[in-house]
Amino acid sequence: MTGASLFGLAACVLIGLGLYGVLAHAAPLRRVLSFNLLGAGVFLLFGVAARRGAAAGLPGDPVPQALVITGIVVAFAATALALMLLRRLTALRAAERAADGLRDDPKGR
Amino acid sequence: MRAGMMNASLDAVLVVTLLAVALFSVLARQARAAVIGFIAFGLLLALAWVRLGAVDVALTEAAIGALTAPLLLGASAFAGTEKPASPPLRLALAALCALIAGTLAVIVLAAPEPAPSLAMQAVAPLGALDLGNAVTAVLLAYRALDTLLETVVVLLALIGIWSLAHDENWRDAPASPAAPSPPLDLLARVLPPVGLVVAMHLLWVGADAPGGKFQAATLIAAMGLLLMMAGLTPPPALGDARLRALVVAGPAVFLAIGLAGFLFPGSFLAYPDGWAKPLIIVIEMALTVSIALMLLLMLLGPGARKPSA
Repeated sequence: MTGASLFGLAACVLIGLGLYGVLAHAAPLRRVLSFNLLGAGVFLLFGVAARRGAAAGLPGDPVPQALVITGIVVAFAATALALMLLRRLTALRAAERAADGLRDDPKGR
Repeated sequence: MRAGMMNASLDAVLVVTLLAVALFSVLARQARAAVIGFIAFGLLLALAWVRLGAVDVALTEAAIGALTAPLLLGASAFAGTEKPASPPLRLALAALCALIAGTLAVIVLAAPEPAPSLAMQAVAPLGALDLGNAVTAVLLAYRALDTLLETVVVLLALIGIWSLAHDENWRDAPASPAAPSPPLDLLARVLPPVGLVVAMHLLWVGADAPGGKFQAATLIAAMGLLLMMAGLTPPPALGDARLRALVVAGPAVFLAIGLAGFLFPGSFLAYPDGWAKPLIIVIEMALTVSIALMLLLMLLGPGARKPSA
């Protein structure tokens, strides 16, 4: 087995593992983490395709490599947005709970 | 032959560790442990990219991983208490996911030989573009549209984050991440100059060697975050017009050069003969500033009420 297909199989396991995490976990943070694992598996498949297409003196096909770089940055942007939404959600829930518990609390919003 | 064996066992160890850390991250009971597992996973993944001959990707992965770490560690405090699925359901899900992974594995092993590749086509016009790094050529010449759309996606994500602020706070500065301590203070005084020089180097050599604007921008954003965490610089007010101009400058310059391609040589994002290299450098510089700022502002989050002093 070549090194590239070993990483290819690892990518498949990562996709399965990430998908399992997204479906099995109910906590939003765990889902975000698992989704990133799934994404890493997909990126790795691109990397394997690039490695197998090595030619012209390059260690890999530059087209899938460039797509992965773009993908990593977009994945970071999406993760950041998801985590900020989670932060806001937690703040709103805490405020709701505080309002339920202490209806006469003057600071409750 | 012996070197081949060495490399094969290195790959095997790397893959096993990578999967073990990923498994730990998915199965960990504590959210914080899962986050730490994921951070370790990101570092190992960067090594895997080196082994796959994708040094540009490895640099991006390592740099973005470093930015994701504080974000995730901060968010682990907001982990919900929702229970995972029931054991029978989890078993069914595991079987389903194993089936999907197995199907993908069959596809990977049955990949066509020789593999399709655009490497030849990517290398051929490098001389005309005056570039040495084929990945940079793909990002900024052949598939420049992807890169343009990607910076717009990052901008949209930033606007999304900003829109989570309360109505009365959305022009204010984000909550300060400052947690000053003497070692952090020293680090924040010593490291940023070095970091900026390395970032400029990465940006400049990106034309001919692994590196480029994303890697440089991520490094600059990390240095900015370090300064703010040490409490040396307060986070900027988000309503500031100069700040917003810098944020949109990169995509705007890119778009303007792309539209100028309609006039000459006649299509969107086409560079005139002999002008490719200077235009690419202008775009890279402008994008570095904007992306660095956008990444930093994403980490800082939406505008918040000023702490009552």
